[in-house]
Amino acid sequence: MYDQFSTKATAVGAEVHRFATVKGAVEFLLPFLKAEGMGDEPGRYALWANGPVLAGLEKGSLQAAGLSFEVSRELASQARFGISQVDFALADTGSLVQDQSAIEQRLVSSLPEIHVAIAATGSILDGKIELFKRLNPTNSRYIAFITGPSRTADIERVLTIGVHGPQRLVILFIDELGGDR
Amino acid sequence: MRKEFKASINRAVNNPNLTGALGKFSQAYKVNRAKAYEGIDFEGLRGRIAEAKSSAASHLDEVAETFRKNAEALGATVFRTRDPQEVKKYILKVARENGVRTVVKSKSMATEEIHLNPYLQHNGISVAETDLGEWIIQLAGQTPSHMVMPAIHLTKEEVADIFSKEVNERLSTDIPRLVKVARNELRPKFLAADMGISGGNIAVAETGSIVLVTNEGNARLVTTLPRIHVAVIGVEKLVEKFETVPAILEALPRSATAQLLTSYVSIISGPTPNDDGSPKQLHIILMDNKRTEMAEDPKFKQALQCIRCGSCLNVCPIFRLVGGHVFGAVYTGGIGTILTAWFDELQKSEEIQGLCIQCGNCKEVCPGKLDIPEMIMEIRRRLVVEKGQPLVQKAIYAVVNNRKIFHGMLRAASLAAKPFTSGGFIRHLPLFLSDLTDGRSLPAIAADPFRDRFPKIAQPKGKEKVVFYAGCLIDFAYPETGEALVKVLNKAGIEVVFPQDQTCCGAPALYNGAYEVAAQNAADNIEALLAEEASYVVSACPTCTVALAHDFRETLKTLGRTDLLPGAEALAAKTIDFSTLVKKLVDEGRLSFKEAADLGSVTYHDSCHLKRTLRVSEEPRELLAKAGYRISEMHECDMCCGMGGSYSMKLPEISAPILQAKIGNIKETGAPVVAMDCPGCVLQIRGGIDQEGSKVAVKHSAELLVDRLR
Repeated sequence: MYDQFSTKATAVGAEVHRFATVKGAVEFLLPFLKAEGMGDEPGRYALWANGPVLAGLEKGSLQAAGLSFEVSRELASQARFGISQVDFALADTGSLVQDQSAIEQRLVSSLPEIHVAIAATGSILDGKIELFKRLNPTNSRYIAFITGPSRTADIERVLTIGVHGPQRLVILFIDELGGDR
Repeated sequence: MRKEFKASINRAVNNPNLTGALGKFSQAYKVNRAKAYEGIDFEGLRGRIAEAKSSAASHLDEVAETFRKNAEALGATVFRTRDPQEVKKYILKVARENGVRTVVKSKSMATEEIHLNPYLQHNGISVAETDLGEWIIQLAGQTPSHMVMPAIHLTKEEVADIFSKEVNERLSTDIPRLVKVARNELRPKFLAADMGISGGNIAVAETGSIVLVTNEGNARLVTTLPRIHVAVIGVEKLVEKFETVPAILEALPRSATAQLLTSYVSIISGPTPNDDGSPKQLHIILMDNKRTEMAEDPKFKQALQCIRCGSCLNVCPIFRLVGGHVFGAVYTGGIGTILTAWFDELQKSEEIQGLCIQCGNCKEVCPGKLDIPEMIMEIRRRLVVEKGQPLVQKAIYAVVNNRKIFHGMLRAASLAAKPFTSGGFIRHLPLFLSDLTDGRSLPAIAADPFRDRFPKIAQPKGKEKVVFYAGCLIDFAYPETGEALVKVLNKAGIEVVFPQDQTCCGAPALYNGAYEVAAQNAADNIEALLAEEASYVVSACPTCTVALAHDFRETLKTLGRTDLLPGAEALAAKTIDFSTLVKKLVDEGRLSFKEAADLGSVTYHDSCHLKRTLRVSEEPRELLAKAGYRISEMHECDMCCGMGGSYSMKLPEISAPILQAKIGNIKETGAPVVAMDCPGCVLQIRGGIDQEGSKVAVKHSAELLVDRLR
């Protein structure tokens, strides 16, 4: 299932990584952010929106590394990185699915240039049919599907990445998170 | 046809940017779409979509009311109206009450339909389209040329010029750079806007949800950043059940752009808090604008099954040549013609309905199972009922309805055309008729029509009799095809009968909306063809075959001529096309091929009616292969040749380039022979090849098979 997801997501321009543990993912993430230009000035911020993985981490050391957790539209629009944790992944289309009723989840995944999405390897489902059994729109007011980076082909049908949304989507799967599957 | 309409067609077909971009896209689309649907049961999928949408359309009012209740229970405000003016007033009212000065919009055809932008701008509100293509055409002051790709008619050079003016800086034509300019220019507008206006791809009654499907990410910002979100949704987007959403999400991106899924899908159910903690205002406007009337019309109810993917445009041989602007309205292409006839008025579609060549490509790929060609035929019929036929056409049909005069005139034409004929072709016609021979020679009318040759054919008396329906082209232009057919059937021990009272199949009249004329042709033929005891009525023209097997019945039904229906049914049951009959006779061992020979390669052109209405495509190939030919397939073998009966005479400026593309594809195979089963296609392709001076032989399958059978 992971392999199928990875193939499909990579085909639409996402970058997919897999880690056994949260620790492993964080050890990848921090140098990644640094190498890609995280900094304490407009255009370089890294914002991490609330989520189960973040809740289990010690925020102080992450803050010291340069990350912020206060998500506002001003900061998000000046962030280079937005980090969030999604609820499901779909193997057949390489998509991520998240209840984004909380606006900060949308801000970090739509305004920055790079969106880093964290997901449980165990939350990969076959496809929409399995997913829709688990969705309840009455409780989840804003359900978002994200498949690869933002794209357009509106000029001469030439595929171009990064219009209004992120130009990169980096997905970190973590095995030890369990998952709904 | 008005001069301006013809002029707009000429501008389009002579615009290499437009035809280049559209042509390339349309060719790639076919391949990519097939790939995107790999492993998916398309027929099953579209069956489910059509059923769900049709069910909603059957009680629109009730479904809309359920949606309103459920969405309002979640905190949204739902406004239902039939009147486009009311939609605009409502949005302005919300804007005024909330001090809205700026609006950002994501793509919405419904707001284009009601011309919302100029209205808001006129009332002092600034509106920015944020979909890249929509923004480009907004800046250029144009209208979209395609439902999904609104700026497909513009080149990067033109876009660079448009953007350069906007940002006061000379920009290069580098596309990623241009896209970046759009991101940077629009970002502050998103952040500052007081109101976001979106469309909606699906509205779910049982949950009060709306679904937005986009690639750029602008709809996410439009629905997230401004404190007010207004969604304008045509009621045809309503479905009853949440469980229908995955089916539509499965089909829409695959059919629209050959993607497995778009970058973003948002399912919004009621408002969510803004980033300052204040509650968002969510207004959902369910707009009717004639859709209920459409749903109540048995012929057009199916139009509400449309999911607005635009695939009917992408596969249309005409659209790939002329693009959207020729249609002169918001909605373009096949579905656009139908929507224009309803949302504007029937008369508005008078010219554009004539653009449809009835090839049936769109019907094959439609994920909502719309029969667009059928609906366009119905528009034609209603236009003729409402306005009557043009005088010239009326005069022609009066003749066609009188077999003796009609056939007499065809004989006279054979003599009259003598001065223009050379080698069996009319290459040039004088004056206003010259368009007819522009890019294509016409066949000379045969000196002896088939009906005169037939009595002279010595046939062995057989136990089994088959009636041959020749149709006008074989009878008067290609009698040799008819003779080949007789010979083939004789070899199977079948005696061919040719009732002299048979006449035109009525297709030309039918395809021009003249149903009364077609019905009279049907009545005359039913009588003539059923008079003889025979096991089959065979035709070597797929258009005639479709007339006998389908159209007679439908035309008579439409006109309420129930007295003739049993005859039409009996005729339909006996009707068979040439290749299917021969294949059957071969399978039964009644016909067999001479010993193996290598006769070289042949490329096969699939005629529209044979492949897509009669579903025959393997039979002729198998027969040709057994005869000893190697089939060398051409690119787009089942793309229309541009003939379309009288279409090629009414719109030669469109027919000619379609024919040129076909001939190019034929020649590319290197095969010295191109085979087909339709005398109309033979007329078109043989004429084009003659005019070009190419050496490829254009043959009806019957002519290639006849000497290879024992």
